[in-house]
Amino acid sequence: MLTIGDKQFHSRLFLGTGKYPDFDTQKEAVDVSETEVLTFSVRRMNIFEPSQPNFLEKLDVEKYSLLPNTAGAKTAEEAVRTAKLAKASGLCDMIKVEVIGCDKTLLPDPVETLKATEELVKEGFTVLPYTSDDVVLAQRLADAGAHAIMPGASPIGSGQGIINPLNLSLIIEQATVPIIVDAGIGSPNDVTAAMELGADGILLNTAVSAAAHPVKMAEAMKLAVRAGRLGYEAGRIPKKRYATASSPMEGISV
Amino acid sequence: MKLNVNGNEIHVPETVKTIEDVKLHLNITNPGVIVEHNGDILEKSTHVDKQITDGDKIEFVQFVGGG
Repeated sequence: MLTIGDKQFHSRLFLGTGKYPDFDTQKEAVDVSETEVLTFSVRRMNIFEPSQPNFLEKLDVEKYSLLPNTAGAKTAEEAVRTAKLAKASGLCDMIKVEVIGCDKTLLPDPVETLKATEELVKEGFTVLPYTSDDVVLAQRLADAGAHAIMPGASPIGSGQGIINPLNLSLIIEQATVPIIVDAGIGSPNDVTAAMELGADGILLNTAVSAAAHPVKMAEAMKLAVRAGRLGYEAGRIPKKRYATASSPMEGISV
Repeated sequence: MKLNVNGNEIHVPETVKTIEDVKLHLNITNPGVIVEHNGDILEKSTHVDKQITDGDKIEFVQFVGGG
């Protein structure tokens, strides 16, 4: 069971809702993933076309814990405003703090992310900041009261997987709150690797929504999260330089 | 009456007096719409009574897919 703030989840897979080919595929992928947490963004409505279909109409949002993000924010102030707008929906009190500091890499601005986290914790939100794989920053965010830390495996949407497993494992090792690996996941292999390192959960979006078969990939990711977690709990054998026979050496009939 | 809605200057008839009236006028039916009125984020329950005046700045936002 994964506990974040006052919420408990059976599933350790959080799923984003962006860039699916269509709403039906998205719904099917979400169902198959068995996720309990969906992320989404807050955006201006097109007032000249207000009745355009919205993904929330397809999904039974009551079934999920909604995790809005503050994507689009470049400062703590903008992130706090977006968080308050999301909360005013009355549908959620969790917030993924996402303050981007670089348009090319979409890497988070550490200073503004920390400021926004401090402010939103004070305001009573359940705060999950998206951060880089900086070990000290992860600790500072936890000290600021973040309810979970979400280090990126690699840049958002890049599908590069875990580019710094050492830092990720150090973040996990020192963690006092759950660590949800967020961003950069490309394949089930990346998911199991992160879970085997001891991550408490995975947040991914593009790896499923932009896969050739999003529904199949959603199932693969669900299984990868479980396999990785089980492997972590089971405790892998240490790596050795030379072979160790699995079969007994005694009693060989020659 | 002139309003600035989501960055657009629009004119609404004098019968439009509240935030709820603006929603009806613009045919905004999404139950999840969130409203910011002159920089204040409104509780949903206040849309019906919240009076608007000439020159007000209103933002209608909603949830969209994202990661």
